[in-house]
Amino acid sequence: MAEVVLMKGNEAIGEAAIRAGCRYFFGYPITPQNEIPEYMAKRLPEVGGVYVQAESEVAAINMVYGAGGAGARVLISSSSPGISLMQEGISYLCGSEIPCVIVNMMRGGPGLGGIQPSQSDYFQATKGGGHGDYKLIVYGPSSIQEMVDIMFRAFSVAEKYRNPVMILGDGMLGQMMEPVSFPDETPPPDPRSRPWATTGNRGGKSKLLSSIILDPEGLDAHNWRLQEKYRRVEEEEVMWDLENAEDAEWFLVAYGTMARVCRAAMTMARREGIKVGLLRPITLWPFPKQAFEAVLPRARGFLCVEMSTGQMVEDVKLSVEGKAPVYFYGRTGGAVPVPRAVLKRIRDMVSGKAPSITDYYDRVAGGEIK
Amino acid sequence: MKAIYERPRALKDIVTHYCPGCTHGIAHRILAEVIDELGIQGNTVGVASVGCSVFAYNYIDVDFQQAAHGRAPAVATGIKRVLPDTIVFTYQGDGDLASIGAAEILHAAARGENITVIFINNAIYGMTGGQMAPTTLEGMRTTTTPLGRQPASQGYPLRVAELLSTVEGAAYIARCSLHNAANIAKAKASLKKAFETQVQKKGFSLVEFLSSCPTNWGLSPQEALKWIEEKMIPVFPLGEFKVKEGEAR
Ligand SMILES: Cc1ncc(C[n+]2csc(CCOP(=O)(O)OP(=O)(O)O)c2C)c(N)n1
Repeated sequence: MAEVVLMKGNEAIGEAAIRAGCRYFFGYPITPQNEIPEYMAKRLPEVGGVYVQAESEVAAINMVYGAGGAGARVLISSSSPGISLMQEGISYLCGSEIPCVIVNMMRGGPGLGGIQPSQSDYFQATKGGGHGDYKLIVYGPSSIQEMVDIMFRAFSVAEKYRNPVMILGDGMLGQMMEPVSFPDETPPPDPRSRPWATTGNRGGKSKLLSSIILDPEGLDAHNWRLQEKYRRVEEEEVMWDLENAEDAEWFLVAYGTMARVCRAAMTMARREGIKVGLLRPITLWPFPKQAFEAVLPRARGFLCVEMSTGQMVEDVKLSVEGKAPVYFYGRTGGAVPVPRAVLKRIRDMVSGKAPSITDYYDRVAGGEIK
Repeated sequence: MKAIYERPRALKDIVTHYCPGCTHGIAHRILAEVIDELGIQGNTVGVASVGCSVFAYNYIDVDFQQAAHGRAPAVATGIKRVLPDTIVFTYQGDGDLASIGAAEILHAAARGENITVIFINNAIYGMTGGQMAPTTLEGMRTTTTPLGRQPASQGYPLRVAELLSTVEGAAYIARCSLHNAANIAKAKASLKKAFETQVQKKGFSLVEFLSSCPTNWGLSPQEALKWIEEKMIPVFPLGEFKVKEGEAR
């Protein structure tokens, strides 16, 4: 069995990327993810890789474009405000179909916000973020081991579809320590083994990575081809986890750190005899609609818990299609809902006292709900 | 019979989309000649920027990446770090390089990034229809300086070559003009020197070309060339601003 080591989330991310064959990292400092660039600055030169501290996140994501386009396996990480700055570059990466892995250790917004954990970039990550019709493949791991495993998957999925992949973590996952073991190492790819990479034409046909198509018919066709690719991703890459689904009547829906809190609340509720299950999306895009179809025949209600004012809950409602009530509980700005608070919402849901989502917002605004 | 003038191999046999009298075409040609003469066509990656030269890859026959507006030096950095033995160049206009991409060009130079930058200074935003550029001359009329550029509210033209020559990481910085045959010959010599700087791994190189934009200047092609000589050169003097001697890194 592989060796088990105790590691901080952010450092495990870096180590996992290196073991997955990544040798290039471009970044810019921002809390709470600084341990990732710091780790890469130390480790990459040891394995013949390159770390560049860019002048900004804008430059960093464009360095990723160049390096990924030259056929390398590339990682970039940041936290919310920095990820906002990268949105134009991410749109270009999707348009030119250049693979890479982007980590967002989310912190509270809007604006400069705070440096505590948050999940308020869900819309930005899963619905586009930048301009144009594109999709990122987004993972929301909930443990350090899962982050490590997903890092390996992320690179292979990014390269399989020639599309950027985002790992959506939060400050909590980045900062905490857990035991992890690493899968077997993957060697870095040879850039020249990728037929589309711009590595010099060697006397053959020149290659081009570009996202400009001025001809309307041509751009339309490009977009529909991208959509066809995204449909394949939806069919082949969706991942979720269901806990206690066998007998559950009430479902918590949460990802990342919140899924861990919900798991604790589920155990507490079950002690009280409430049959609660946990539906945990692992891919946030594609969103695991199938998981809802599987549990809907028995489900009496869904409670979506997020460190945001309610973003993933919209996808939950779209998946439930009005066939069962959907409730929401969320805190922002680094306030992390505790299991006891989630338990209270579970009890409210079961006893029919949980507010509808609209009422919930009114009551939070009125100071009634904390 | 011996051919004394032919199309460089690195220049594709395609009619360009450039306006009559625009010197982008001349810059493309000397770039292709330098690529041929250095024998680097098969081992070069170009980075096209956003501006009239966005389609440079249609004309220059090497691998290309098309970059976001202003970000070509960052894209080139990524390519060069992965392929340190491949020749990497960017081709950028003055809006792209000196305005929206001011941070990227400055820091690529500061890092001594071993790339070559071809900088087309036509004192205007060509592609978007003739707006003020950071290099627009004092008093010069553009669509967004309808009364002529007023330094009091619209600032002064930026001298990129001079600015970058103060940066330690820059190895070769020159400004040339494309307004007549003698200057085109000098421009080509400078460009070749810039690429040689990269081949020798000496660090960052940039050649600024004073270029014409007859369409947006509202001049005939001939008047435009005269305008470069009479109006631009006094503001943007020609010459080599930095030539780093010594060892390759
Ligand atoms: C982010 C962004 N902002 C603005 C534009 C619009 N735009 C396209 S070309 C251009 C100006 C280019 O001017 P310059 O770099 O001087 O090159 P020229 O066209 O004169 O050769 C602008 C502003 C864009 N494409 N992207």
